[in-house]
Amino acid sequence: MVPNKTMTYQTIIGLEVHVQLNTRTKLFCGCPNRFNPDEPNTQTCPVCLGLPGALPVMNRKAYRLGVRTALALNCTIAPFTKWDRKQYFYPDLPKAYQISQFDLPFSSDGWVDVVLPDEGDAEPTHRRVGIIRAHLEEDAGKNVHDESGRGGDSRVDLNRTGTPLVEIVTQPDLRSAAEARTFLQELRLLLLYLGVSDCNMQEGSLRCDANVNVRVHTDDGHEIATPIVEIKNLNSFSSVERAIEHEAERQFAEFQETGRKLGEVPKQTRGWNADRGETTPQREKEEAADYRYFPDPDLVPVTIGAEQVEAMRAELPEPPAARRERFQVDLTPYDAGVIVDQGRAFADYYEAVAHTCEDGKLAANWVTQDVLRELNDRDIEIGTFPIDAETLGTVLAKIAANELTTKSGREVFGVLLERAGVSPADVDDVVEELGLAVVSDTGALEGVIDAAIANPANAKAIAAVREGKQQAVGPMIGQIMKEVKGADAKVVRAMLIERIENG
Amino acid sequence: MITPDAEPVIDVGKVAKLARLRLTPDEEALYAEQLARILGFVGQLSEIDVAGLEPMAHAVEVTDVFREDEPGDSLSHEDALVNAPKQDGRCFVVPAILDGK
Repeated sequence: MVPNKTMTYQTIIGLEVHVQLNTRTKLFCGCPNRFNPDEPNTQTCPVCLGLPGALPVMNRKAYRLGVRTALALNCTIAPFTKWDRKQYFYPDLPKAYQISQFDLPFSSDGWVDVVLPDEGDAEPTHRRVGIIRAHLEEDAGKNVHDESGRGGDSRVDLNRTGTPLVEIVTQPDLRSAAEARTFLQELRLLLLYLGVSDCNMQEGSLRCDANVNVRVHTDDGHEIATPIVEIKNLNSFSSVERAIEHEAERQFAEFQETGRKLGEVPKQTRGWNADRGETTPQREKEEAADYRYFPDPDLVPVTIGAEQVEAMRAELPEPPAARRERFQVDLTPYDAGVIVDQGRAFADYYEAVAHTCEDGKLAANWVTQDVLRELNDRDIEIGTFPIDAETLGTVLAKIAANELTTKSGREVFGVLLERAGVSPADVDDVVEELGLAVVSDTGALEGVIDAAIANPANAKAIAAVREGKQQAVGPMIGQIMKEVKGADAKVVRAMLIERIENG
Repeated sequence: MITPDAEPVIDVGKVAKLARLRLTPDEEALYAEQLARILGFVGQLSEIDVAGLEPMAHAVEVTDVFREDEPGDSLSHEDALVNAPKQDGRCFVVPAILDGK
């Protein structure tokens, strides 16, 4: 293949996402399902260890969380599903087979909609990513390799063995590294809203493999696909994006050099080296037939009726995408996104604040600025935020009704933050203690305003205002506000100008 | 599909490799013959007319056996490691997994 400067390429990506379900116990035994790398091999039993005679028994909760996940991915739930053994030898798999699902997964044929950020002025792109299937399987243990480079022994911790996983396999519908990242972020948010997993990528609760190839457009109008490469174990959003980016470029360069096409070489497995910023080859992937799947005789099939499926579908929460859209009735897409992307508890908080103060925009300003800043400063979650939604909503209702200025509202907010267990009833007390109630009683203001106008020190400013320079009134507003705490600057200004001009 | 009268051809080398078994040529010949006999025996099942029958996914007609998500007892790490050919008191110790890295 002669390198050709005018060739372009399109990246084609499908993802396989492994999600650890947040059950209390493992998939097939009562050992705790808990991330615990500091105490290796303390959460195992004969089932985990694959000891002779040990029998796995399916965790009902794991199956239900799996179905819940699949329903949220718009999958069809199989009325009949079974468990298969996938055979391979690896030290983190003591049975020498993984219990997984082969030909009858519990769900298939779903989709997830993602909105891809607009580039420049373009409208955001809506992409429907197909889900081929979601199936249940057990996680393997953890191998710890000798880092010295001298080929020392590896260590095996089997605490993770048997942790319930849902594997979600997408269609090759993603078209760029950035799209893959956006999809994964949206999927993670959806799973967090569902409450099926903590999705902690550092701890490996959410892991991703990417199947990548490129379609090269030759300048004579042909489209040629390169061999598919599977990049294993991407455990952060940035590694997903960077690894795919690099791999697509690498494949394009390799194609220009070798001309090798899809089907001419077996599927290759590569790993991602974040330090070097490149993918590197791993052992050749065994052909699917080599896994010698067969039905696991230790586990019986699972059935589910249409009524049960519909009951579980009815329990699903509103997905983040729908929530974003609903919030956009009051808010900009940006603000709606900030709130929804903070997670379900935060979005619930926003909604409760907005409901109490009956002003969505005002509520959004406060939760995305004041509340979010405090959460970050204190490094806490919304669940432990000192001011509950109804109390904040009550403060904002006063601002919306012009009973409290925004500035005074911040002072009240600051005081409430330092008190424990505040309730809406405390708002009035704090406003009173601080003497911040807006003096909307113009009678109370009139005297102070008249005194200010009568003050010879203000004569110059008053003359300026009479000549049409309304901005000259500023310092006088300051004087009055100092005397009457809680006075609304806008009201003071209007009254001042009115009295000066008509005086 | 193996029919009773056809001689099944088995790649014993491949099967041994997948099972991580190192076989001598004599053993390979022996197992090739034994495996062919086993497959021939099992192959008799294909003489049965199963047209119109639902395939079974399991040998017993039982479904939906679950346990509740309640923690049970785990082994101590000493007990978990007791059968390990090599261990360091915390982990199973195995020969280097990643070669040449």
